[in-house]
Amino acid sequence: MNIIVCIKQVPNTTDVRIDPVTNTLIRDGVESVINPFDAYAIEEAVRLKERCGGKVTALTMGPPQAENALKEAISLGCDEGILVSDRKFAGSDTWATSYTLAAAIKKIGDYDVILCGKQASDGDTAQVGPGISAHLDIPQVTYVKKIREIDEKTAKVERMTEEGYDVVETPLPCLLTVVKEINTPRMPSLKGLMRAKAAKPLKWTADDLEADPAALGLDGSPTRVVKIFTPETRKGGELISGSSAEVAKELAELLKGEVI
Amino acid sequence: MDYLLTEQQTMIRDLARKIAQEKIKPVAAHYDETEEFAWPIMKILADSDLFGVYLPEQYGGLGGGIMDMCLVTEELSRACGGIALGYAGTGLGTLPILLHGSEEQKKKYLPDIAKGKRLAAFCLTEAEAGSDAGAMRTSARKEGDKYILNGTKQWITNAGEAEIYTVIAITDKTKGIRGASAFIVEKGAKGMEFGKKEKKMGIRASATREVIFTDCEIPAANLISKEGMGFIVALKTLDTSRPGVASQAVGIAQGALDCALDYSRTRVQFGQPISSFQAIQHMLADMATQLEAARALTYATARMSDSGAKAMSKDSAMSKLFASEMAMKVTTDAVQIMGGYGYMRDYPAEKFMRDAKITQIYEGTSQIQRNVIAANLIKETLKK
Ligand SMILES: Cc1cc2nc3c(=O)[nH]c(=O)nc-3n(C[C@H](O)[C@H](O)[C@H](O)COP(=O)(O)OP(=O)(O)OC[C@H]3O[C@@H](n4cnc5c(N)ncnc54)[C@H](O)[C@@H]3O)c2cc1C
Repeated sequence: MNIIVCIKQVPNTTDVRIDPVTNTLIRDGVESVINPFDAYAIEEAVRLKERCGGKVTALTMGPPQAENALKEAISLGCDEGILVSDRKFAGSDTWATSYTLAAAIKKIGDYDVILCGKQASDGDTAQVGPGISAHLDIPQVTYVKKIREIDEKTAKVERMTEEGYDVVETPLPCLLTVVKEINTPRMPSLKGLMRAKAAKPLKWTADDLEADPAALGLDGSPTRVVKIFTPETRKGGELISGSSAEVAKELAELLKGEVI
Repeated sequence: MDYLLTEQQTMIRDLARKIAQEKIKPVAAHYDETEEFAWPIMKILADSDLFGVYLPEQYGGLGGGIMDMCLVTEELSRACGGIALGYAGTGLGTLPILLHGSEEQKKKYLPDIAKGKRLAAFCLTEAEAGSDAGAMRTSARKEGDKYILNGTKQWITNAGEAEIYTVIAITDKTKGIRGASAFIVEKGAKGMEFGKKEKKMGIRASATREVIFTDCEIPAANLISKEGMGFIVALKTLDTSRPGVASQAVGIAQGALDCALDYSRTRVQFGQPISSFQAIQHMLADMATQLEAARALTYATARMSDSGAKAMSKDSAMSKLFASEMAMKVTTDAVQIMGGYGYMRDYPAEKFMRDAKITQIYEGTSQIQRNVIAANLIKETLKK
């Protein structure tokens, strides 16, 4: 089984700061890490390989230093890494990003399952995974929390919903985006780290892909950012204390006062 | 301080640190409270290849040495000295095979140990034979192609959990300590049983039990080295492993210092963080300095061992003595800096203090280390 896992390098959210003037992330001096949701996709990809045999290719689009994310993925059990990197990709929105990644996946060619994290912690759109499947014209299941059964032809998975989960059967090849309930990512191994150190991820530029130049980067991105602002933080609620009866009474009074 | 680790050692230390901080630290109090053996953590250490750092590559290890084992033990102990002992105790049980085992024995046992598939334990102490290990009574009698073991080993770390036991027993009573021999006993051998789990002051996540042999039969091929070599095997093992206890002590002390330092910066009394009081600052400075001195001595000893040094009983004893005494002092001071909160189980400081105490006792008490050091000092002057 050939598995592709799409990952993104993001600023470590534990030390994110927002530029008060531009309202965008300050990326300078912030450590880059693999998008936390992608860690579950990597783990699931490696587990799939352990279950069915085959190979896991980690794919990322990003600046040259995104190579480190691929090496980390290799230390966690992925076999190969491919970095798609070119100045021409700069400014890509989710449409152009998924178009570019889909072009890279077409170039890889032989694949059965594509795994993505449910969303990236910096953009939070959750659009790139589904976008890739649309560009490739293959089925997708989002928010997967369990791969119940899988063979060369079909996969039966559990898709998380707010109330519970749906069981979805899909033919392969397909794209799955996964939620953190799906597994507990493993720690790297020393042998994996050594393999990662020696690994040389492939590097593809725009010229290596069969892609329409007009569909890449900022020019290929239909999204226009109108305004970025920090939403007002929610004010703390009011705490009512006392005996249950008193509390209930006061709450009822307060509610009566409100126009519901 | 920069100890000029190799790239591989840096990788090992960083991975051990990551596992300790992310996986062990959050569960340390749980295992201390329940005294359960932390199998889920052992599994993580195994899958990360950490059990093999000091074992040769031809047996599935990573080809490092005692220094590498010390780096792992230190980092794990910084989160929990008890869980770290599941790892370090396996190292202790493995050393007799690594140092004195035959090629067949190494091929048979080391690969599983390197993978972390099987833990090991070292059985020397008995009820009447602690510091005076020569007073042991456990016997091994040869019968055809078998040895029959009888006797009870006491306070054996990893007993019951481990699958590979290296055991020192008397094969010839008439020869005193020259009549001792070392054996490998696998869990499940007929006539091998375990006593109940001891309830301890500290390192409570570590399993300590009796190992009881009643006409326990093992293949004669499980003799390590030759008959009569048991004491030499034990002493060489301890000379090699003591820097490991030292690194456990360094890790425990570091954990306590981390905790006290953090606390001192947030605890406000008299309108200021207590870290602004010179009395607290000087305590922190002394703790950090003693800790670094112990770490330097431990690493120097481990590296000396890895360089193939033959006679290193004195150096090895010094590292264990200095580091364990330091750990007791530093952990006690950490509790002091934290005042009443330090004494409460809500904070890990008191656990570090309880865990530190064992490092002054096992693998030879501090008194015994001083005996070893002094005996060697005197021997050296006689040679001149
Ligand atoms: C938690 C734990 C785990 C252990 N794990 C193992 C293990 O895995 N394998 C194993 O074989 N053993 C193990 N031991 C045993 C340990 O090594 C012994 O407890 C230790 O060597 C001391 O022996 P003892 O307890 O009998 O003390 P004793 O020998 O009875 O000593 C009592 C006191 O007398 C002092 N003393 C004794 N002789 C002298 C002397 N000649 N000069 C000056 N002072 C002296 C000692 O320093 C000590 O203060 C473990 C012990 C504990 C508590």
